[in-house]
Amino acid sequence: METKTIRVDLIARVEGEGALDLRIEDGRVSSARLNIFEPPRLFEALLRGRGYEEAPDITARICGICPIAYQMSAVHAMEDALGLQVGDPWRALRRLIYCGEWIESHALHIVMLHAPDFLGYADAIQMARDYPEIVQTGLTLKRTGNEIMRVLGGREIHPINVKIGGFYRVPTKAELAPLADALKRAQDAAIKILRWASGFPFPDFERDYEFVALRHASEYAFNEGRIVSSRGMEIAIADYDSEFEERHAAHSTALQSVVKRRGSYLVGPMARYSLNFDRLPTAVQALAREAGLGSTCRNPFKSILVRGVEVVYACQEALRLIEAYEPPGRPAIPVTPNAGVGHGCTEAPRGICYHRYEINRDGIILNARIVPPTSQNQLSIEEDLREVASRHIDAAEDKLRDLCEQTIRNYDPCISCSAHFLKLTVHRV
Amino acid sequence: MNASPRPRLAVWKFASCDGCQLSLLDCEDELLTLASALHIANFPEASSAIEQGPFDLSLVEGSITTADDAQRIRRVRQQSRHLISIGACATAGGIQALRNFADVNDFIAAVYASPQYIKTLATSTPISAHVSVDYELHGCPISKVQLLEVISAFLAGRKPAIASHSVCVECKQRGTTCIMVAQGTPCLGPVTHAGCGAICPSFNRGCYGCYGPMETPNTAALARQWKTLGATAGELRRVFRSFNAGSEAFQKESDAHGD
Repeated sequence: METKTIRVDLIARVEGEGALDLRIEDGRVSSARLNIFEPPRLFEALLRGRGYEEAPDITARICGICPIAYQMSAVHAMEDALGLQVGDPWRALRRLIYCGEWIESHALHIVMLHAPDFLGYADAIQMARDYPEIVQTGLTLKRTGNEIMRVLGGREIHPINVKIGGFYRVPTKAELAPLADALKRAQDAAIKILRWASGFPFPDFERDYEFVALRHASEYAFNEGRIVSSRGMEIAIADYDSEFEERHAAHSTALQSVVKRRGSYLVGPMARYSLNFDRLPTAVQALAREAGLGSTCRNPFKSILVRGVEVVYACQEALRLIEAYEPPGRPAIPVTPNAGVGHGCTEAPRGICYHRYEINRDGIILNARIVPPTSQNQLSIEEDLREVASRHIDAAEDKLRDLCEQTIRNYDPCISCSAHFLKLTVHRV
Repeated sequence: MNASPRPRLAVWKFASCDGCQLSLLDCEDELLTLASALHIANFPEASSAIEQGPFDLSLVEGSITTADDAQRIRRVRQQSRHLISIGACATAGGIQALRNFADVNDFIAAVYASPQYIKTLATSTPISAHVSVDYELHGCPISKVQLLEVISAFLAGRKPAIASHSVCVECKQRGTTCIMVAQGTPCLGPVTHAGCGAICPSFNRGCYGCYGPMETPNTAALARQWKTLGATAGELRRVFRSFNAGSEAFQKESDAHGD
């Protein structure tokens, strides 16, 4: 009997902190648990007693990398509670600011956090010594995403302009024009990075996930649509609780979501892409195929390519939205509070982000529920880890540890959303 | 390890959203220059090359909400020649400091089905409540321009040139007409620390105080002005009790407005 323990005190290049506990008994992986020690900040509790109009700004603070996801889910849920329909051009502007977040967040993950895994660097700064042009291109791309957030939202982290009913101030056409020039260059940069990443060595690894994403009648979904899955689920956003439940495991401060009666599922770029390939423009589909992707992607290591495709799409979509934009006569639809319950679900860069609020007639929040993407992916990450570790059970400890870390980074996990500290422990008994 | 003559930088995270340390990665144009002026020895969000201390400069994001973190910040301080806390969480406890005004067990029960699994302190407190801090950079989130200034000042061995006046001065600097005077929009600008560049008023929105109190703010006078504009006691309590609820000036003013 052999007993070995590997420890990684902190899994790097993820947002937030957690630990992995891997147990190997008699040459078999007997358990793989992702421990999230992110100190709970108790958002759903601190939202009680706050005003309905504060939800977008407060929930943005759940995640500094994807604040727009929280603002969008909150604003749509509140408008649902208030019986408010907010159409174009506000709808288009919300799509545009979301494009900015996808570009910024995906570019950060592809170039700064994920690519170093495939090429054997500790970080993008080391990688920049050998690939200076690519790292610069990635940073330029990221800056363009951030510029959209700045122009529309006032700043890139915790933007200030999202309001129930619309915006505090809407941009003029002239204010959006410089973005279009930057986006044309960004689109070329995104294609270059996608082609570069398509040459990475990808492990031959696929799993039969239940993909869950939003699906819209005609668009690649950001803010609206029905929640669909690769195993036949198709529900309205308001029916989220009928199909999903959250479980609280002793080893994690993040709640784990499951599909009722089935179990783990996967949200994020691979799910979105595989369920909505037909919603991508033909030119983007062609680039995806050129990068070696089919219409479905079940290899989590190739999620870097799917993110690459989504960045190209987000640049194109942002350009289309800017070209079609006509400013509204007023920045927002006036709102008067009423008692109600509202649901919102939008596509964060890492997958669907669900909010539900109950407010009273004065617009004070009575109850809040927030399901971030990473808590939904937690079980899938654990299953991937179990499978990856099983296939490389005899690998040297360093190699096994690197593979496990990469398996986690495939998800671009945002652990600060979920609830610090990814410590990898391998027990070999 | 000590072969590098460049100062050694470490970035640490406590209870937070990652947004303030992301400000470093958001320095798209300056990041590679920064990496040549400093040796990034410990920045787990960006690099898996994590080195041991001691460090010349530690940037600390987040508030202290667990007993383990209260110990961990002491170890960070012991390894750091200079320690700078960045952001509203690290300087005032953050939005999660709203628990300080409630029963934390009620809060936990509202979120978790099995509260017994959750170990957290009754309060969320700033870094300065636990260890000595060499400089506090305010904001939710911090400004990356100010962050670069603080790092540059540290590299040059001088005091950071960070203004301590209110957001009002920044509105004047950018030529924004006062929205409280001209439109009657309630605004926290007169009592809020400058640094953001007065973004909200330029978007026709009142400042909501995310940079925390300026030096010697007259919050009581501003609260009276808000009342004449129609603000209720509940609104006043909430507005002073948000991302910098744990700062002394905002906490005192929020306590003055009961239901």
